Amino acid sequence: MNHHSLLATWLMILVLVGLNSAGDMSTATAMRRVGDFSEIRRRTGVWGVVRGVLTEPWFFIGLTAMTLSFFTMLAALSIIDLSIVIPASASMSFLLNLIGAKFILKEHVTKRRWISGILVLGGIVLLRT
Amino acid sequence: MNFLRYVLLAFIVIGSTLGDVYVAKGMKQIGEISVHRLRDLILAPLHPYVALGIALLALFYFSYLASLSWADLSYIMPSTTFGYVLTALLAHFMLGEKVPLTRWIGIILISLGVGLITGGHSLTVVPTPEGVSPHLEMKPEARS
Repeated sequence: MNHHSLLATWLMILVLVGLNSAGDMSTATAMRRVGDFSEIRRRTGVWGVVRGVLTEPWFFIGLTAMTLSFFTMLAALSIIDLSIVIPASASMSFLLNLIGAKFILKEHVTKRRWISGILVLGGIVLLRT
Repeated sequence: MNFLRYVLLAFIVIGSTLGDVYVAKGMKQIGEISVHRLRDLILAPLHPYVALGIALLALFYFSYLASLSWADLSYIMPSTTFGYVLTALLAHFMLGEKVPLTRWIGIILISLGVGLITGGHSLTVVPTPEGVSPHLEMKPEARS
């Protein structure tokens, strides 16, 4: 791997991470607004679930971000190993998502979740080596 | 937490992991994509391995949507990370990439973290017109 493609690699991973987290947070927002699928299905059937999802604008924002991140991943995978791309982007997206879950989605990130998050993050970092 | 929800979490892990592996396998066969070969990137989903990978990622995506409808992102996230453990294992056994000792330790840490969180609360907030408010039943057992 030459110098040029190393820079391109990290740039791709950064774009991948940004799109990934944006996608996750938009999708989580969308699904929270739609509500529990099994409850909606009990009340209005499967089509009620489909209608709920397809009328939620955040769902499409999330889907667009995830589609773009998928093509970025394809491009990244063509020049770097799977065992580097996935953990590298995963560890950064994970941290970004955990912060976003607390401050943007306002979830109660309990002590148990922080400890779990730190263990998982440590694990992802070790997976990179 | 009923049986169906565990099945969905399993689909998330299996779909994302195998999906990534097959997409990577396909992209390795297609070869390096440069700015001069963007057409190859657009056509990549037609490659059999990439297509199989996308089908598995679709399975992941629908399970992910359903799971996020009843659980927090900060609950689902570590659970989905378990897929990276599988990715490392599959990269080792299917793609022949080397897995050093540090990576095995990483695998153990992730497994511990996932085990810890799946025993906790799955939903802590509910949507309200003003934004979100704390979930009323902060107990681990979800409604069936």
